[in-house]
Amino acid sequence: MSGTKKLGLRQRYEYLTRGLDWETSYQPMDKVFPYDSFEGIKIKDWSAWEDPFRLTMDSYWKFQAEKERKLYAVIDAFAQNNGQTGISDGRYANVLKLFLTGISPEEYQAHRGFAFAGRHLRGAGTRVAAQMQSIDELRHLQTQVHTISHYNKYFDGIGEFPHMHDRVWYLSVPKSFFDDARSAGPFEFMIAIGFAFEYLLTNLLFVPFMSGAAYNGDMSTVTFGFSAQSDESRHMTLGIEVIKFLLEQHPDNLPIVQKWVDKWFWRGHRLLGLVAMMMDYMLPKKVMSWKEAWDIYFVEAGGALFQDLGRYGLKMPKYADIATAEAEHISHQNWAVFYQYTHAAAFHTWMPDAEHLDWLSEKYPNTFDKYYRPRWEMWAKMEKEGKRFYNNALPQLCQTCQIPMAYTEPGNPTEICFRSTQYKGDTYHFCSDGCKDIFCDEPEKFSQAWLPVHQIFQGNCGGATVPDVLRWYNMNVGADNMDYVGSPDEKLWNEWHAEKLRQAS
Amino acid sequence: MAQIASITLVHTDEARPIIEAIMADNPGVRVMNMPGAVKLDCDGTITVKRASVEERIGRSWDPQEIQLVLVSMAGNLDEDDDHFTLSWRH
Repeated sequence: MSGTKKLGLRQRYEYLTRGLDWETSYQPMDKVFPYDSFEGIKIKDWSAWEDPFRLTMDSYWKFQAEKERKLYAVIDAFAQNNGQTGISDGRYANVLKLFLTGISPEEYQAHRGFAFAGRHLRGAGTRVAAQMQSIDELRHLQTQVHTISHYNKYFDGIGEFPHMHDRVWYLSVPKSFFDDARSAGPFEFMIAIGFAFEYLLTNLLFVPFMSGAAYNGDMSTVTFGFSAQSDESRHMTLGIEVIKFLLEQHPDNLPIVQKWVDKWFWRGHRLLGLVAMMMDYMLPKKVMSWKEAWDIYFVEAGGALFQDLGRYGLKMPKYADIATAEAEHISHQNWAVFYQYTHAAAFHTWMPDAEHLDWLSEKYPNTFDKYYRPRWEMWAKMEKEGKRFYNNALPQLCQTCQIPMAYTEPGNPTEICFRSTQYKGDTYHFCSDGCKDIFCDEPEKFSQAWLPVHQIFQGNCGGATVPDVLRWYNMNVGADNMDYVGSPDEKLWNEWHAEKLRQAS
Repeated sequence: MAQIASITLVHTDEARPIIEAIMADNPGVRVMNMPGAVKLDCDGTITVKRASVEERIGRSWDPQEIQLVLVSMAGNLDEDDDHFTLSWRH
């Protein structure tokens, strides 16, 4: 028998996060870690940090390598078997376009942000967890680009994703979200992305959406999605541990953390409106409605979490009740915006068919028939009459979330919600009390926001006309934009379909 | 409101014995099937026991291997060499 006994999980983690760390002596610790005090967070004992996964580097590489092997086997099989022809409908590809242009570049921003946190937080356990997450996020970007590059061979609106991410009007919504987080201090970043985004909201993005990919025959996306999500469980744990750690370390941290939770919950809620629209309108075969996902993943799971965090004095995020009420409206209001501005979007839009309308009526009994179905039916009728409705005015944007001002007053879905405030002699406009509060707390930061519509009017986006701006976006006009019906995507899809029927007969 | 502890796993051959072990070891577990994934909910706490998984797969199993099939979870995590537990209890 061998005399050496294998170390247990707890001991291995202990050695990694305690034994390998040291107090610097050539330079004072405050100079080595210059960013972890200016936010006002007080830490008494960094060694109290514990990652419940207790993941060590050797295990990390072993598991990640295994995940990659499995994922790339599927991506290869999908390509070899022309999996793109087996998706539920050609419309489905638009989900991938929005995902790749809107979300994947944020994986990269998360990678950069966690690399920063993994360098600048003083505790070794925290740094190790943040560094692992940083590598995960880079992996997510890479696997998403690799997976969707296969679709780029056939469908429009995909190839210019990094360029579009930096320029196209609606992509400033996710871009500004991550720019905001990354220009904050490391603790706010951890609450913003680690807690509010990863713990509270990421399930809403990945679980129903990836399950949707599975249901729509997109084997490669479901695999990258679930492969990424297996890392997310670790990220969620980091998010919840960071918040517990901060609240346990010092009572003075509570008001700071509460403010960040309020801010990032609301910003996340606004960002996820894009996902709401994907789920309710863009998946040809639907798994669950946005409202159902919100009830499971925010009302139920978030409720349990805040009940738990209540012992530290942390409250449900401000305006959580309003966000829950908006779950019955937000996907419809966003789809209406994209339908009206389809000429300026890098994915296709459409009016729901009769079966889809009935599904929406069933899933949204309180709101859909009353407020949205009549509008969709009117727009469908206008289309038939050759008078398809386009909105040719540039919309006013919310200064904080950068979404066009299309949301309605809490409690009154027939009135657009406007808020405004003054700062240094200028007037700033907001879509909600949530976005206004965020601005008023950091006006110097948010008054500098790069708002796409303002930038167009200032002449910074390629010219004064819509074609000039679309050229500056690198938009392939007539292919990337406009309705699905009549698009090259639709033509290709119909050809594939006709070919299948011809071969079967 | 009951605090629900939850684990979501991919629905694959590799995850199936883990799903079975969870269903055997957590009385009252509720199962929600989604395309490609399974969400398992329990009031208060939900656990995966190493021994139960090993019994089903016939080889030794490290609870950290659950990361290969894990999609999401809710609850405070406690993991060691013998179990993987999510709980809202303190």
